[in-house]
Amino acid sequence: MVDSLVAAASVIAAAIAVGFAGIGPGIGQGSAAGQAVEAIARQPEAEGKIRGTLLLSFAFMEALTIYGLVVSLALLFANPFI
Amino acid sequence: MAILFLAKIEVGSHFYIHLTEQLHFHGETVLVSFLVICLLSCAFFFTSRNLKQVPDSVQNFVEMAYEFVKNIAFASLGPAHFREFLPFIATLFFFVLGSNWSGALIPWKFFELPSGELAAPTNDINTTSCLAILTSITYFIAGFKFKGLRYFARYIKPSVFLLPINIIEDFTKPLSLNFRLFGNIVADELTVSVLCSLLPIFVPLPIMVLGLFAGSIQALIFSTLAAAYIGEIIE
Repeated sequence: MVDSLVAAASVIAAAIAVGFAGIGPGIGQGSAAGQAVEAIARQPEAEGKIRGTLLLSFAFMEALTIYGLVVSLALLFANPFI
Repeated sequence: MAILFLAKIEVGSHFYIHLTEQLHFHGETVLVSFLVICLLSCAFFFTSRNLKQVPDSVQNFVEMAYEFVKNIAFASLGPAHFREFLPFIATLFFFVLGSNWSGALIPWKFFELPSGELAAPTNDINTTSCLAILTSITYFIAGFKFKGLRYFARYIKPSVFLLPINIIEDFTKPLSLNFRLFGNIVADELTVSVLCSLLPIFVPLPIMVLGLFAGSIQALIFSTLAAAYIGEIIE
C-alpha cells in the first residue's frame, strides 16, 4: 500500500518536475531569440557571431530544463524511496 | 518484425563485468569508450604523420579541427597560458563529441550483449562525472601551480561573507557539468525511443538529426566551460 502510494507520488512528481523546469528556460530562450533577431535586423553582417553566441546560451538555458529531467528520470527509473 | 525494434532502449540494465567481489564495471560503457578512444587516437595519429607544407584534403580537415579547439582554449585562457591546457581541452572536446556521435551513428543493436546494450558512453552518468571531476582536479592543480597558496584568497573574494558560497561553487561546478551532458544525451535517446515505439519509420529521423546537433553543441559547451573554469582560476 505504502509502496504504491510512493510510486504514484513519484510519477506525479516527475511530471511536475519536468513541467515546471520547462517554464523558466522557455521564457528565457524566447527573449534571447527575440533579441538575437533584433540584433541581426540591425546588423546583418554580424549574423554568424550572433548565431554562435545564441546557440551557446541556448544550451546553457536548456541545461536548467535538463536538470528537471534528470530529477524526474531518477524518480522514474532509480527511485531511492521504493 | 525485429528491425522495428532497433531503436528500443533498456533503462537501468547494464552488462556488468565483475572484476572482484566488490568491483564491477559497466561493460558496455567501457567497451564503447575504448572503441572511441582507439578510433580517435588512430585517426589523429595517422593524419599527423608526414605533414606537408601545402596540405591535402585530410590534413586540411585535421588542421581545421585543431584550429577549432585552439580557439576554444584561446578565448578563455588567453595567449599566455592556452598552450598548457590545450591538450586537455582538445581531448575533452573530441572524446565527448566522439562518444555522443558514436551512440547515434553506429547501429549498436546489431551486437548482442547478455544484458544491457551498447550505447553512447556519455549516457552513463559515471563517464560524465569522471570527466567533470577531471575538470575540477585540473583547475585546482592549475590554481596551485600558478598562484601557490595565494590560490585560497579566491575563497574570500570579494568579501569574507561569500566564503560558504565560494566553497559550494566548487561542488556545483562539476555537478552542473556532469548533469548537463548526461541529461542532454539521455533525453535525446529517450525521445528517439519513445517516438520509435509510437511510429518506427521516418518520424524519429528529425529528432535523430537534432540529437547529432545537440551532441556536438554539448561537446562544445563542455570544453568551453572547462576552459572558462580554468581561465577564471589562473587569470
